[in-house]
Amino acid sequence: MSDKQVLVPVLTANWGQDQSWKLAQYERTGGYRALKTALKRTPEDVLTEVKDSQLRGRGGAGFPTGTKWSFVPKDLNPKYLVVNGDESEPGTCKDMPLLMASPHTLVEGVIISSYAIGVAKAFSYIRGEALHPIRRVRAAVEEAYQAGYLGKNILGSGYDLDIVVHAGAGAYICGEETALLNSLEGRRGQPRLRPPFPAVAGLYALPTVINNVESIATVPAIITRGKDWFLSLGTEKSKGVTIYSLSGHVKRPGQYEAPLSVTFRELFDLAGGIRDGHHLKFFTAGGSSTGILTEEAIDVTMDYESLLKVGSQLGTKAMQIFDETTSVVRTCLRWVEFYKHESCGKCTPCREGTWWLVQLLKRFEAGQAQEGDLEKLLSVADEINGVSFCPLAAGAVTCVTTAVKHFRSEFEAGYNTPAWELLPYERSTAWATPAVEGAAK
Amino acid sequence: MTDQAIAPNPDLVTVTIDGIDVAVPKGTLVIRAAEEAGIAIPRFCDHPLLDPAGACRQCVVEIPDAGNGRGFPMPQASCTTVAAQGMQVKTAATSEKARAAQEGILELLLINHPLDCPICDKGGECPLQNQAVANGRLQGRYEGVKRKFPTPLRLSPQLLLDRERCVFCQRCTRFAEQIAGDDLISLTERGAKSQVGFYGNAPFTSYFAGNVVQICPVGALTSEAYRFSARPFDLVSTVTTCDGCAAGCQLRADHRHGQVKRRQAGDLPAVNEEWSCDRGRFGFVSGRGDDRVTTPLVRKDGELVPASWPEALEAAAAGLAKAGSQTGVLTGGRLTREAAAAYAAFARQTLGTEDIDCRARALSAEETAVVPTAPAVLNASPVTYADLEQAKHVVLVGFEPEDEAPIVFLRLRKAVRKNKLQVTALAPYRSLGSKKLSATVVPTAPGQEAAALAGLDLDADTIVLGGERLAASPGALAALAGVAAKGARWAWLPRRPGEIGAIQAGAFPVAGRDTLAQLAALQSGELQALVIAGVELADLPDPAAAAAALDQALFVVSLETRLSDAAHRADVVFPVALLEETAGTFVNWEGRALPVAQVLSRTRSPMTDIRVLQALAEALGRPGTVPTDSPTRAAAPRTVSVETAPTPAPTPQGALVLATHRELLDDSRLLDGEPALIASARPIVARLNPATAKAAGIEPGDRVTLSTEAGVPGVTFDALIDPTVADGVVWAPARARGFNLAAAGLAAGRPVAIAKEVAA
Amino acid sequence: MSGHEFEYDFAGTGTMDLDDRSTNIDQATIAEMNELIARYPDKRSALGPILHLVQSVDGRVSAPGVEIAAALLDIPPAQVQGFATFYTMYHKKPAGKHHIGVCTTALCAVLGGDALLDCVEKKLGIHADETTPDGEFSLERIECNAACDFAPVVMANWEFMDNMTPEKAEQLIDDLRAGKPVQATRGATLTGWRDSERVLAGFSDGRADEGPSAGEPSLRGVQLAAEKGWTADSVTGAAPAPPDAPAAPPAEPKTEPKAATAKAEPKAEPKPKAKADAKAPAAKAAKGDKK
Repeated sequence: MSDKQVLVPVLTANWGQDQSWKLAQYERTGGYRALKTALKRTPEDVLTEVKDSQLRGRGGAGFPTGTKWSFVPKDLNPKYLVVNGDESEPGTCKDMPLLMASPHTLVEGVIISSYAIGVAKAFSYIRGEALHPIRRVRAAVEEAYQAGYLGKNILGSGYDLDIVVHAGAGAYICGEETALLNSLEGRRGQPRLRPPFPAVAGLYALPTVINNVESIATVPAIITRGKDWFLSLGTEKSKGVTIYSLSGHVKRPGQYEAPLSVTFRELFDLAGGIRDGHHLKFFTAGGSSTGILTEEAIDVTMDYESLLKVGSQLGTKAMQIFDETTSVVRTCLRWVEFYKHESCGKCTPCREGTWWLVQLLKRFEAGQAQEGDLEKLLSVADEINGVSFCPLAAGAVTCVTTAVKHFRSEFEAGYNTPAWELLPYERSTAWATPAVEGAAK
Repeated sequence: MTDQAIAPNPDLVTVTIDGIDVAVPKGTLVIRAAEEAGIAIPRFCDHPLLDPAGACRQCVVEIPDAGNGRGFPMPQASCTTVAAQGMQVKTAATSEKARAAQEGILELLLINHPLDCPICDKGGECPLQNQAVANGRLQGRYEGVKRKFPTPLRLSPQLLLDRERCVFCQRCTRFAEQIAGDDLISLTERGAKSQVGFYGNAPFTSYFAGNVVQICPVGALTSEAYRFSARPFDLVSTVTTCDGCAAGCQLRADHRHGQVKRRQAGDLPAVNEEWSCDRGRFGFVSGRGDDRVTTPLVRKDGELVPASWPEALEAAAAGLAKAGSQTGVLTGGRLTREAAAAYAAFARQTLGTEDIDCRARALSAEETAVVPTAPAVLNASPVTYADLEQAKHVVLVGFEPEDEAPIVFLRLRKAVRKNKLQVTALAPYRSLGSKKLSATVVPTAPGQEAAALAGLDLDADTIVLGGERLAASPGALAALAGVAAKGARWAWLPRRPGEIGAIQAGAFPVAGRDTLAQLAALQSGELQALVIAGVELADLPDPAAAAAALDQALFVVSLETRLSDAAHRADVVFPVALLEETAGTFVNWEGRALPVAQVLSRTRSPMTDIRVLQALAEALGRPGTVPTDSPTRAAAPRTVSVETAPTPAPTPQGALVLATHRELLDDSRLLDGEPALIASARPIVARLNPATAKAAGIEPGDRVTLSTEAGVPGVTFDALIDPTVADGVVWAPARARGFNLAAAGLAAGRPVAIAKEVAA
Repeated sequence: MSGHEFEYDFAGTGTMDLDDRSTNIDQATIAEMNELIARYPDKRSALGPILHLVQSVDGRVSAPGVEIAAALLDIPPAQVQGFATFYTMYHKKPAGKHHIGVCTTALCAVLGGDALLDCVEKKLGIHADETTPDGEFSLERIECNAACDFAPVVMANWEFMDNMTPEKAEQLIDDLRAGKPVQATRGATLTGWRDSERVLAGFSDGRADEGPSAGEPSLRGVQLAAEKGWTADSVTGAAPAPPDAPAAPPAEPKTEPKAATAKAEPKAEPKPKAKADAKAPAAKAAKGDKK
């Protein structure tokens, strides 16, 4: 490893500080200065700064944040900002620690973003199964009100903003922005038809911007350091820094913040590589929905474009890393079970397709697959592919197709051998003793 | 395509589907454009009158060029994709990609379907079955387990749901929410466990619930009325017009073995679009009971006994000849225009009397003067459904559309949803219908309608809809007609299907006595005889007085399908054919003439009203006075000026006033024989506002007795304390099983006394 | 070992429990519901929070709770039921005093979630989606809870119980059953599921300041950067931080007992298959496995 700087802590910089979630501590390290800077500028100016920074959505789709803001009709009021804190994509675990360690980063981001868009009421929708992050964000919002950062006439600027912190109630699909809007409106979290896009008709059919927690939390840094600093990091089309999450069979799983020009190998090395005595088998690039990659993709740059080229996606930048003890059939089944469990049920391919895939995969796992089941598995995946209402089902399809592509023989073993016999499950656990019997290459 | 398509029209886009160019208005969905081009695309969730859902994905097509030179890599749902200029679309007919995708969706739809077509009501007319046969795989590949649900689930007394058959198109839940506004059903659970459900103590008793059975693309939803009673391919369909109210809905009546098995909404975009209400859909079996009159009856020794037709005609002719022109004719409001014209001819030409009236309800001289001038009656620029849909402001006065013309309600609701129509209701309380129309309610006590109307800003963008109840509100009908002076348009909506046609046909007292005057004259002896057809005495303002008048009459001839209070008092009763056994015309509230088709040819009573009247005319020695096809002659309208309209009667100081109307589902005899329909009626409650309740010491959960004055017998209801009720007003339904407010002397606009019921 | 049975018989689903009409909802609860409603421009938005409040009061989404919510929001109860049954956090049957969730989505399952679920099921004597007869515990198989770098993860009353082992899981249950104070690894002291539901509804319990800023994995990147002197300024090759910028000081996780770990790490980052760091998680996990 060279001396090249790999990590750039921006959003994560203050996470380790004592009482980092408190306003006083946040202000001690420069918190809310970006807000003061922003309020001295015009909203248009702030919006332009964010747009020109080429910040792209950090929630998976990668749509340019400032562009999204600019789609909102200027003179149609009221309009809303909704923060998507429904972090649920398997492998994704960056927003919850951010909300827990530095909720004020989000709150400051919300205020600046709302000011830029012209919003007087913002909602922070956080998945309900994350109690402590919700506590911390609520407390931060309360502190911000008391400090005059929220409410009427913020810091004497004449600008008013209220934030409502809203807890979800358990539904992965609500990470899809229109499903989230339905949920926030007290409806079932089924995705909505687009157009109209939320920017035109979103919450309560009014113009609405929906951004991921990390996207909004990045805004204060852009305002403070300027777009040029942000533009100097990353690749040609993927600018800035972002939080990468590494989990699984690496020695030091965790959150690593780096420019979008970092490679998987660099991150993997920082995380200490695979646990002792084992080696890499497969990994996801951006959550389970982006499918699996193997060692051959280890030098791919973790940016939006490069991953597309290898048939994956940057997604939520969540690398789940598995060593050679792991059954790919089992892992694939569990992912598809996840999609089946989280399917909203609205469209046929997702509702029925995941139902079928799970049953087929269970036969493979149990070593009871029948002649032709592998072809059937791929054929059913193909029937689902590309025709579902929203991208949820595509995640299941990608898991299956990439798993079979890379590990066909392991599926074929499922005609005779249960996965738990082929690859005993206890060897994959976090508490398994280091392998001795020739597991390493 | 012809020259029209070549000429550039800025409001049209041209899209190419399977090589065929079709020009469609901007905003048209690809699936609709394909329909224009005559290309079939399979679909389950798509319905032209529901908002697009994109749920089933069966309609996917390949779009190699979205009109901007770029195509979609994957097939797109044609039910949610808007046609764009230059767009290229390839359906399954020309694209292997689209065909394979559709086949895949179909296979997925079938994996959890029970494939119980041989025992399913929908079999034979089932889109899923049709698709599977036409485009499905020859052999299923699914070897897994299927979803299991206890079956059926009873959503309401009328509706049953077999969840295993459901394909989650959401047509039913979207209909309930978007069209009816009764979102009493919802998807529950999620994913593979998804299902349509209702909440245990709030069944899906929408007035429009039956529509979901019709639009269900599989056999998941069935009705208690029709379930297991026929196979679609054994039924013969006849398009006809509904006799439920004056809305004029087109229906399709399906019969087998000489019996109508079901009625479905027809497809008449100008009127009911593709909907009907449950009264129209299910309320058609009342003529099948034991009380059907099948032979003439003649009173002998005080008893009505069966008689031959010649004997009965002779007896009737003798009695009528004796009375001569001192005979009244009451026709009720449910006859076709042709039948009404025959009665008018029989009255005027055969009997020589001007005393004929089609109204069997509260009426007034003011009404007699005003309604013949209604635009729909005169067919002079009448208000139409399309006008309601495009209107900016609609005022409802003395008219509760959901109860009194349900399809008018649906069109108003559509306009509210789609075109931001504003509705103002001058009503005694905020009804469920008003709520679903987001109406501004001006609390109006019965009798105060004229004043309330005068208080509104009305202009050329306003349409005022007045109901038949205005007859009991002095000055109200004159005020209704008077809105034309402010540039507003107006329409008068009777409840019954035949009244407008009857007025046009002359079954209306232009120069003679109206219904109430005839009854009074029978009582006093000024009139001697009465010909009465299709009138329920219970419908009249004073049923007891009406019965006494018939008893007092020297001679009564009744033409009836079923024995009734009037028939029981007649000297001669002639059986007449049911509406489904006859043909003619209904004129709906718009003045639109709509065909009533003869559905059944085999009948237990082959004589229609017209043929009986002709035979009677012959027996009276006046053959030819009742033509088979009587010309309709509009009554010469009397003039009434707003200035001379009677002023509203003052309400006694501090007295409560009764408000009432007939709900869609009550004890109407037309609903007999359909218990599931009647069980879907709304809860029977009396509504009073908190101040009234407090003054009377009534609390939630109490029962309250309504009577003409304290201490006399009345009618007792569950009390509903409703803050939207106008001050000093108590509302209760006019009728239901077991009571008739009119029989207790209670009438709209009249004082009412209330008392908390003391437990016995 | 093959995970849960494939469920296909859905008898009894789709509806709330209308037989049990018991409720603790009173005028004070209704006042709080109205308080929630007032937070939103459109009152239906308060449905989710109201149902969390119902759970905190009734221990489930009770039939009276559904009906009161429907009345306050002026929507049919079918809509409330359709909403409540869509989201997994709403219980139709009473949950336990403590609600335990074991993550068995792919990564946690592989890292031991399946074994943990087996262990907890045995320990409690119930299966997932059941409640112990004494009402102390309910158990749920949960899907990914956004803590994958702490896998395998257990949630107790929706507080994080990170890096679980069967031994720790059994200890957790024993301690909770004994009424001993249990501190979430990243959160507050566990008091009960209903208390958590009240916070989710939108009412503060004043315990935001309990627990650490972050867990060890969350800080790995920032600590490594601190060791190497990598900052947001250094990356652009110069540019001392603007005067009003965060100073981006090296992270000093004072409250973290594991702070030493990072410091002990070698400066030069090892290659993937290089020698093991004595204090790396794999080694620690191995220790835990000795039992």
